[in-house]
Amino acid sequence: MLTHLRAAAVMLVLFTALTGLAYPLAMTGVAQIALPRLANGTVIQRDGTPVGSALIGQSFTGDRYFHGRPSATNTPDPKDDTKTIDLPYNAANSSGSNLGPLSKKLLDRVAADISALRQAGVAQVPADAVTTSASGIDPHMSPASASLQIQRVASARGVSVQEIGDIMQRQIEMPFLGLFGEPRVNVLQLNIALDAALPKVAG
Amino acid sequence: MTVAGWLQIAAVFGAVLVAAWPLGHYMARVFQGEGTWGTRYIQPVERVFYKLAGVNTAKEQTWLAYTLAMLAFNGVGFLSLYALMRMQAVLPLNPKEFAGVAPDLAYNTAVSFVTNTNWQAYSGETTMGHLVQMAGLTVHNFLSAATGIALAIAVTRAFARSSVTTLGNFWVDMTRATLYVLLPLSVLLAALFALSGVPQTLSAGIDVTTLEGVKQTISLGPVASQEAIKQLGTNGGGFFNANSAHPFENPNAWSNMLSIWSMLLVSSALTFTFGRMVGDIRQGTVLLIAMWALLIVAVGVEYQAETAGNPLLVQAGLDAVGGNMEGKEVRFGQAMTAMYVAVTTGLSCGAVNAMHNSLTPLGGLVPLFLIQLGEILPGGTGSGLYGMLVMAVLTVFIAGLMVGRTPEYLGKKIEAREMKLAMLAVLVLPLAILGFTAVAAMLPKALESLANSGPRGLTELLYAYSSATGNNGSAFAGLNANTPWFNTTLGISMMLGRFAYVIPVMAIAGSLAAKKKVAPSPGTFPTRGVLFIGLLIGVILILGGLQYFPALALGPIVEHFLMHAGKTF
Repeated sequence: MLTHLRAAAVMLVLFTALTGLAYPLAMTGVAQIALPRLANGTVIQRDGTPVGSALIGQSFTGDRYFHGRPSATNTPDPKDDTKTIDLPYNAANSSGSNLGPLSKKLLDRVAADISALRQAGVAQVPADAVTTSASGIDPHMSPASASLQIQRVASARGVSVQEIGDIMQRQIEMPFLGLFGEPRVNVLQLNIALDAALPKVAG
Repeated sequence: MTVAGWLQIAAVFGAVLVAAWPLGHYMARVFQGEGTWGTRYIQPVERVFYKLAGVNTAKEQTWLAYTLAMLAFNGVGFLSLYALMRMQAVLPLNPKEFAGVAPDLAYNTAVSFVTNTNWQAYSGETTMGHLVQMAGLTVHNFLSAATGIALAIAVTRAFARSSVTTLGNFWVDMTRATLYVLLPLSVLLAALFALSGVPQTLSAGIDVTTLEGVKQTISLGPVASQEAIKQLGTNGGGFFNANSAHPFENPNAWSNMLSIWSMLLVSSALTFTFGRMVGDIRQGTVLLIAMWALLIVAVGVEYQAETAGNPLLVQAGLDAVGGNMEGKEVRFGQAMTAMYVAVTTGLSCGAVNAMHNSLTPLGGLVPLFLIQLGEILPGGTGSGLYGMLVMAVLTVFIAGLMVGRTPEYLGKKIEAREMKLAMLAVLVLPLAILGFTAVAAMLPKALESLANSGPRGLTELLYAYSSATGNNGSAFAGLNANTPWFNTTLGISMMLGRFAYVIPVMAIAGSLAAKKKVAPSPGTFPTRGVLFIGLLIGVILILGGLQYFPALALGPIVEHFLMHAGKTF
């Protein structure tokens, strides 16, 4: 048994050095040199300051912007750290709602969101528009969900529905080879495109 | 369900097959000590490792010595990982200055990573510093997978050899599994993940100001290198809390397919390794067909259940076309989410790209039942193969009883000793799963952890103990498992599922290796055809169904009917 323990300890040290330090550090070195943008989180700069990551959704509340899907992320309550408070699109603590299909909480939340959309004149509510994502920081929504918001964004910015619709259409990413992936819209990139096409003077 | 969805599923299965065939043959050469393309570069490193560790490569071990070496290695690994987590506050490479991990959580997490479970009672980005993630968790992602492969190779040798007492050398097999198989594949895969947008940096994160002027903190880290071995070694422990649903772990459809491909690869390839080592490739192929046949059916059921969606939400006014999107990401789509859910639980991977707790009742039943079938479809790296071999031994025994012939498998007579040991291994699983679930369901303190009430609450408990015992690691998340009760009992379940299972299996291997390989006679039950595949599938389903059906009836099955009756909780 003693020889086993010696071998175990030595092997563990050697493999820690190889797989736990050399491997990740070498991959980090190569990635930082070869793929600096991707390796550091695909950050988007605007006027020289970082405004977000192309891969990570962010919270939008104003009428001038398209809004992403509902998010279930939270953060520790600063007053009592055994509790949490809602913080949508918290990219430092990803999580889903974890509510089951029979959950009253889920049904009440979805019903409230649907009735708000109905009041705004929406007929069909796409599945992703009122459901929370798995990560809480889903950067995408379906083109159908984006279409629902064109009217609101257009009136908030005082431009035609046609103009907003065209900008939105250009942001739709289609499946690779028409097969792999889903049609989707990156919400942050759409909103950046909106700001670029319609500078603030218009709004 | 759509044709495009099924084409994507077929493309990934096809890509796995194309890679698994050469990999299986390559692994057979590696473990039989034959030269391969990498020998010239890897062998010098390998020799240094053996020299420093005092390993005599010429000396093979009996089943007992092999098992003791494995236990010593895992024991030392557990203690050092526990110490690393407890002391992370005073160690370097901890950019967010996290405190040392609490004792019960550190115990649970150390067991979890050593047993290849990778159950996570913590949230990655708010608990573990980069040093723990790299030098602790990533290391055990490699070593627990290598341990599984080594054990599977030892069991394979028991069938390949005749009248011997030894099964190989644990240190050699484990070292080769890491140096020749897992590390080169991980380097390749980490590069592919990095190309698809997975970050690889030592920075802790960045602060940005959103378009609406709010500060957003985005966590970062050496994700790609960990993601590669997390999938490849069927580990499944995510860098981030949302695991492979997090856009940094899995940014697009391409990375998602790569994730599924890489977790299926090694376990599938090992069936070919087995076939080649026992001298009849078809014996391995029939095992793979049985595994994949059940897995593909599971993918189909999952896909159907999730695209059918949640009728309660449709009644509330939701468009039924998109299916159930609660707890799912837009970029993957229903088909590739369903495939991920089934594959990660048919394997003992446990990575998730959707939140299993928000799946429909039948959509949640599929991963739960796949885990309960024993993690053999095709199961964890190595553990899936030796688990499947136990099922094969049971199958020839039952077939032998039906026709009154002495059961044989690959020329080895299956007798009372092997059957007793096989039953011992198989019965450990329901004991831990059903036993702990029953106790937890009676404890008010444990019930405080539930995120949902009604049948889903029971399913959360059943899923947690199934996942821990099956060494899977996925969860009906939302259950607050970071409590002393859950950390302790789930830790015990993980140890039972790994070690109390494999020790009897190794004893069977020792007993079979000592037997003479007999030539097949007209009375031998053929194990390389359709009849055997059908019987094997039957045994797996009957065993799993009989043990767990009553519990499943009270969880997901009753929930399915309640959903259609419009009942909410």
